[in-house]
Amino acid sequence: METLIQQCVNALSLGGTYALLALGLAVVFSVLGMINFAHGEILTITGYAVFFCLVLGVPPVLIVPLGLIAAAVTAALMERIAFRPLRGATGTTLLITSFAVSGILQVLFQNFISTRPRPVPIPNALAGALSIGPFHIGVIQTLSIVSTFLSVGLLTLFLKRTMLGIAIRAAAVDFPTTRLMGVRANRVIMTAFAISGLLAGVSGLLWIAQRGSVDPLMGFVPVLKAFIAAILGGIGNLTGAVIGGFFLGAVEIGLQALLPDSVQPFRDAISLTLVVLVLLYRPQGLFGAAHSVRP
Amino acid sequence: MALLELDGLAVSYGPIKAVRDVSLTVESGEIVTVLGANGAGKSTSLQAIVGLLPIQQGSIRFDGQNIGGQTTERIVRRGLTLTPEGRHIFAPLTVEENLRIGAATRSSAEEVARQWDQMMELFPILASRKNQLAGTLSGGEQQQLAIARSLMSKPRLLLLDEPSLGLAPQVVELIFDLIRRLREMGLTILLVEQNVHQALDIADRGYVVSGGAIVLQGTAAELKVSPEVQKAYLGHA
Repeated sequence: METLIQQCVNALSLGGTYALLALGLAVVFSVLGMINFAHGEILTITGYAVFFCLVLGVPPVLIVPLGLIAAAVTAALMERIAFRPLRGATGTTLLITSFAVSGILQVLFQNFISTRPRPVPIPNALAGALSIGPFHIGVIQTLSIVSTFLSVGLLTLFLKRTMLGIAIRAAAVDFPTTRLMGVRANRVIMTAFAISGLLAGVSGLLWIAQRGSVDPLMGFVPVLKAFIAAILGGIGNLTGAVIGGFFLGAVEIGLQALLPDSVQPFRDAISLTLVVLVLLYRPQGLFGAAHSVRP
Repeated sequence: MALLELDGLAVSYGPIKAVRDVSLTVESGEIVTVLGANGAGKSTSLQAIVGLLPIQQGSIRFDGQNIGGQTTERIVRRGLTLTPEGRHIFAPLTVEENLRIGAATRSSAEEVARQWDQMMELFPILASRKNQLAGTLSGGEQQQLAIARSLMSKPRLLLLDEPSLGLAPQVVELIFDLIRRLREMGLTILLVEQNVHQALDIADRGYVVSGGAIVLQGTAAELKVSPEVQKAYLGHA
């Protein structure tokens, strides 16, 4: 019973990290029709922001906000510098551009920071476990689950209650008609990128808090998983991205817990096979892809 | 000075030159209708006016200012907008959200609230469905929503593209009544219609477009009795 609860917490925590990243990919995809493969580098930059904060002795209370700001600003700059000049280009062109952005950033990290991992010591307060009755739940896991639900909740409020949020949802359905309402296209796209950056920042903070180091290539695997989660949920569908993230997290943790040691090396292969099976029966993803008219 | 003035407009739609030479004017307070067969270049012209399609030649002046080549959002902020053919409501958004985004250009919450009240009065059906998803409305209700959404920006000039397309006859009647009321409220309207009879009934003047160019123009009364219009659109020999 206790292990089951622990594993559920682990699944929710890992799934939440995937969900936030997938949600970021989905928000940008929904308005622009592009997958931003440089999304992982936002995660890496968050890590380096925290690393430099620690090196420079920035007060701990400022580290989280600075990490999030670094993430949002990075995403907004990517849009301004790399993607805005390509407005009107096809999704494929934008996808390849995002690979280039990702590659350039990785090389910059390697040349100007270090090719080797940099330590980000985990504060003692985060390393412990909370005892709830007979159960022990890691502080990081708890934090991860809470911040995932908080982020999704705040994003939902933003998308439902604010003019800019409604405009993002409208642009995801029909961008030209949204512009016909006088909504500024660039502002909507910039906001979508900033949101995706914030979400990547949250998952980046949680990710490095668990691994305790930051390196130039660390963004690749999580963003690949997030991409799978987003496809699984139905690309561009925000609810689908969140559920796809949790689904993938649950599958990975489940396999880790259930498979005998000798089969463990095949864990990723098995979980990806499951994804392939889902997509064979539901090519549009679990919740259906968003269909829309682009700018 | 005319509120809207197109001079020698030419627009390509992909490889096809859909509009070759369209010149027309709309005076403040008028209803002007543009008639023509499918593919004559009517919708293309409207989309070019609001900047959704790039113009190749000619000029577009609104209120004396050249607006050709400006972005759609800048043009709309000047006070003209288009209710597009096929309505293009935001189906997964509620009726209320559709109307709110229609007022995206306006900063005064008070004015938006006043405009909202006016829309609820003008379109009682929308008031009773404001929390419903727009995609669940009937075709006629969606058309009303699309027009109300355009009006939320309080335009001086409204471009209407085929507002009666695909609607039941009594709903068509309602839409034309509405257009008449909008004019009484001081709105200037450029109306593209297939429903030639009714369009000429409410319009002051009209233009006939064929093959991407204006081939005939005149007052609504003149067009009604013109042999070309009668032969081509009104089914008289």
